[in-house]
Order: sequence, then structure tokens, then C-alpha cells
Amino acid sequence: MIGLQHYLTLSAMLFVLSIAGIIINRRNLILILMCIELMLLAVNFNFIAFSRHLGDDTGQVFVFFILTVAAAEAAIGLAILVVLFRNRRSINVQELNTMKG
Amino acid sequence: MFQAILFYLFSAVLMGAALGVILSRNPVHAVMFLVLAFFQSAILWILAEAEFLGIVLVLVYVGAVMVLFLFVVMMLDINVEAVKRGLTRYWFLGLGFTLLMAVEIVQLIWLRGQDSDIAGGFEPYADGYSNTKALGSVLYTEHVYAFEIAAVILLLAIVAAITLTMRKRPGLKVQNIAKQVAVRAKDRLRVVKMDAEKRQ
Repeated sequence: MIGLQHYLTLSAMLFVLSIAGIIINRRNLILILMCIELMLLAVNFNFIAFSRHLGDDTGQVFVFFILTVAAAEAAIGLAILVVLFRNRRSINVQELNTMKG
Repeated sequence: MFQAILFYLFSAVLMGAALGVILSRNPVHAVMFLVLAFFQSAILWILAEAEFLGIVLVLVYVGAVMVLFLFVVMMLDINVEAVKRGLTRYWFLGLGFTLLMAVEIVQLIWLRGQDSDIAGGFEPYADGYSNTKALGSVLYTEHVYAFEIAAVILLLAIVAAITLTMRKRPGLKVQNIAKQVAVRAKDRLRVVKMDAEKRQ
């Protein structure tokens, strides 16, 4: 029977994979944004599993708001990325050291 | 039993898609794998009887956010060869830490949680339960202010994205329509009265 433990494990795997993605490909900014989206998805899995387990719909309302904020974050992040690419002709994270002292 | 088979099947595809996102070198392939991951998650949410959020995930994420990602990936002319140059120096460190984290979480959920109340399957909902109706009745009563703030956040995102990416290039020859319409004849045309010239 599929229950809370299965969903929590799946969400943990997804979260850990996205952290690994951020650490191992630190070159491409767009991949890092995508890994952040995956992390938010893993968090949403936790919320849904607990909401289902406790029989409380407030957890699903939280998921709704996380989706809203994630959409706003993706839009602004991609806008910043476009401006950055126009100015520097590159989205390599390791070349973005303008503010380094 | 059938539900368990479906769960494991879709979870396996979800893990594969997540691996594809983090390992593919071409950003377009990574976006496509991410779309697959969102579809699988939507199916898993529907399996957990969160139907409304499953549909919202497909509509909002696959329909809007991932299309935005795809547009940006295709608009930016990224040199794939330059991105290809291998992993970072610290990849083994990252792998070690993440494996440690995974082992800890799994141990916490499966060994420590076995005799607590998180073990066992979900209890089925009563007949006639509607997920969308239940969600709506909570969202528009208890959380209505948060709902309005979410709307303001979306407006903020629109304004921020447009102001960040709008640019005025110098040196373009464009018409100023308002100025052209506002012109009156007396500003441009001067009628001069003068005597006729004498014949020489």
C-alpha cells in the first residue's frame, strides 16, 4: 500500500538529485534555475503527502502558493538571465565575478 | 496493488527525467526532461488524490513556465561546446554530501518511522469527496488574503520582467506619434506680407 513514507522517499530523492545537479554543473545558469524548479517540486511533494496523510487541505493550499511564487521567480530569474546575456554574452556562472572585491 | 505498480512506474520515470535534467549537456534536452518530470509529478499527485493540483501543475508549469524556459534557451545563443567542458572540480564532494543526505533521510523515514504513525497507506477519502471543492472552500475563506497577495506577486513579476528586459536602443530613427499629431499649422507655416518688387 502506497503511503506517506513512499512519497517522502520520492521527494527526498528528487531534492537530493537537484542539489547534486546544482553542485556538479555550476557552469550554466539556466541549468541551475531548472534545478531550483525541481527542488520546489520536491517540496511540493512533501506538502501534498502530508496533507493527504493528515486529511487537512491546508497543505494543498500551500502548494498552490508555492506554485505561484515559483512561477514569479522563474519569470524574474529568466528576465535577469536575458539581461545578463545581453551585457556579458555568456551565462557561465564562473565568469560572473564583477562584484568580486 | 495496481496503485503501487503505477506509483513505482511513474516514480522510476520521474527519477530518470530528473537525472536527465542534471546530466544532459544540451539545455534544450534538459528543458524537455524537466517537462517530462513535471508530467510524471502531476500523475503522481493525481494518484495521491490531489487532482486539482495535478492539473494546475500541467497547466501552469508545462504550459507556461517551461515554455518560458524553452523560449529563453532558444533565444540565448549558448555555445554548447563551451558548456560541455566537463564537471566542476568539486563534483565528488557534492556527490558524497548528497549521498549522505539521501541515506540520512531514507533512514529517518524507513527505520525510525516504522513504528510511528507515518507508516502504512493513505486512508481513502469518503464517497463524494471532491478535491477541487474542498480546496476552494479553504482557499477562498481562510486564506483569502494570502490569495490576494499571490495575485499582487504575479503582477509584480509581470512588471519586473517587462522593465528588466525592455530596452531602448540609441540611434534608432523612430517617429514620435504624439508630437506629430499635436502639430498645428500655425507652428509650421508663416504667411509673410510684403510689397511687390518694382520693375527694374
